[in-house]
Amino acid sequence: MNIQTLLLPLIMAAIINGTPLLFGTVGEILSEKAGNLNLGVEGMMYMGGAMGLGAAFYYESLAGTSANGIAAVALALLFSFLGGAAGALIYSFVTITLRANQNVTGLALAIFGTGAGQFIGEYMRVTSGGYVSISLELKTFFENSPFPAFLQDIPVLGPLLFGHNIFVYIGVALAVSMSLFLNRSRAGLCLRAVGESPATADAAGVNVTRYKYLATVIGGGISAIGGMVYITTIAGSVWNHEGLSGEGWLAVALVIFCLWRPLNALWGSVLFGALMILYLRLQLPFIPDQLYKILPYVVTVIVLILTSLRSSKDKQPPASLGAAYFREER
Amino acid sequence: MHEQKTPFIRLAKRDAMPGGQVWCIRALSFVAALLLGAAIFLVLGRNPFAAYATIVSGALGKPTAIRQTVRVAIPLLGTALAIAPCFKMRFWNIGAEGQITAGAVAASYFALFWCDALPGPLLILVMAAAGAAAGGLWALIPAFFKARWGTNETLFTLMMNYIIIGVVKWLQGGPWEGRPGSQIIPQFDQKAVLPKVLGVHCGWIIVLALTVFMFVYMRYTKHGYEISVIGESENTARYAGMNVGRVIMRTMFLSGAISGIVGFMVASGANNTLYDGVAAGVGFTAITVAWLAQLNPFAMVGISGLLAVLEKGADTLHTRMSVPASISDIITGIFLFCMLGCEFFINYKLIFRGRHEEVSKA
Repeated sequence: MNIQTLLLPLIMAAIINGTPLLFGTVGEILSEKAGNLNLGVEGMMYMGGAMGLGAAFYYESLAGTSANGIAAVALALLFSFLGGAAGALIYSFVTITLRANQNVTGLALAIFGTGAGQFIGEYMRVTSGGYVSISLELKTFFENSPFPAFLQDIPVLGPLLFGHNIFVYIGVALAVSMSLFLNRSRAGLCLRAVGESPATADAAGVNVTRYKYLATVIGGGISAIGGMVYITTIAGSVWNHEGLSGEGWLAVALVIFCLWRPLNALWGSVLFGALMILYLRLQLPFIPDQLYKILPYVVTVIVLILTSLRSSKDKQPPASLGAAYFREER
Repeated sequence: MHEQKTPFIRLAKRDAMPGGQVWCIRALSFVAALLLGAAIFLVLGRNPFAAYATIVSGALGKPTAIRQTVRVAIPLLGTALAIAPCFKMRFWNIGAEGQITAGAVAASYFALFWCDALPGPLLILVMAAAGAAAGGLWALIPAFFKARWGTNETLFTLMMNYIIIGVVKWLQGGPWEGRPGSQIIPQFDQKAVLPKVLGVHCGWIIVLALTVFMFVYMRYTKHGYEISVIGESENTARYAGMNVGRVIMRTMFLSGAISGIVGFMVASGANNTLYDGVAAGVGFTAITVAWLAQLNPFAMVGISGLLAVLEKGADTLHTRMSVPASISDIITGIFLFCMLGCEFFINYKLIFRGRHEEVSKA
């Protein structure tokens, strides 16, 4: 059967590869909706990846054989979130309180975060004798589906609905609740107002600074979880040098691709995940692998051009994206 | 009665601050960055004084070390100069990484395949011209779409980086591969290597010349004037009859061409070959260099020198005190944050609660 042998594995792999991007994108959407263009996603994902892997690794070496997989996953989630939130907090302080240029500060965060992530990773490797990895038993909690086998054994639907690792479900829940929060809650409305026109929001009594800080820090934390998900589900829970290269930047691009809508990120991330692994699954004649691998970037460029061609009103970035807000300046 | 509603600290815009004070604040931010860096060394259990001493001596202690530091500074300065006119125009070109790589690819093509056909000096000139043309054209693509349809340039230029780097990876493992299976492009012939002056490839002379050129170009030419008007207000520029789209494309071509020359210098002078990491993050770091220098070419010389010292010094730190080499990125990041943040204290003043009289008198 063609679907089960060719298409299904492709979709499954696309979902796994898209999940880190989903976290990265949803977090960045939250930040950008509040008017903060944080280009440091790559850095925050590095920090999250190193901190999350470190949390699972040290938890296991402390708990020994009694290590609990669920606790390890929870700790990895928590610490990767904290890692990214810490990076985003620096960014927030410099751009929101000190009103520095967001583009440049974001790039500085990308440099700093990549360095910090690499540093933590290398430090763990050196102090633990050359190799940071978690045990096979623990890895199954990160990589395998949390659902019982009989559900996954249902043909086609089983793997599609129940066959993914736990982060896929967390990511989907996060994207849906982010969409509900932004579009259906009062706080979400205020947050969007801050991103569109902070002066108006300020006049309406919304605390602009608080919204900007919270959105950027929480968004950064969510983005950083993506780094941890990448390390634990795709890179085999081992810290290596080039592990993340480009994921964070792709997430920034995906935000535009999704037109700042978390629900679009659901299929957008799967599509990008598919583009990233297509060269492994679907060989094309005359096109070498290395050129095939640039497909996601080429597609992003095409999408950028297309969205600028049909410049409809509801497909634009938040109006004050990238601008610092100072109350006395009109 | 409303006292509790007055915030503890309020902000107000400052008028122009005297130059001495401005530099005082910048020096303070430098000291703050040093202290934060020292805190990190303390956490790691290293003596901060020894660590900083190692950084400085590692980067500037010996003539060979100085040469290596200069080699790090050359592409950083060159690329910062390339980015400056774009940023002046508020065109967020973060694709210097790709423009460097594109220039390096074109230069390498001539180094690899035209080596026998051309005499030495001419070959170098052709490589430089090819690098400039390729970098310029690579930058022109996003500029064209920005000028024509307002396509978001930040992400467009960013994506162009990954595309050209992917192309280099393909060249490395495919058509230009040296020994089959090695994934490495062969070393250039000696004819295609930039000659050395004072022990460093002569790129340093080129970037210093470019520094003067860029200063004059931005400050004293019609082009430079158009760039700064567009940066301040696109509508004003349009009203004054400037062809905004054309200026954007022209400036981006120039910017890409300079980045392309940097790519040529790195491939020919420093690496003597082409590989996918030829730009090595310089395109991103150079943006912060340009911004911190407030787009002043002469200030860029100092700042790129400072970052080069940090990077080279951190390498020495890695070998001598076994601190992971990525510490250089962390320290660089801290410096950038501090220096970016300190501009706030130059542009704004803080007013503390209950000190109204003083302020109104001032």
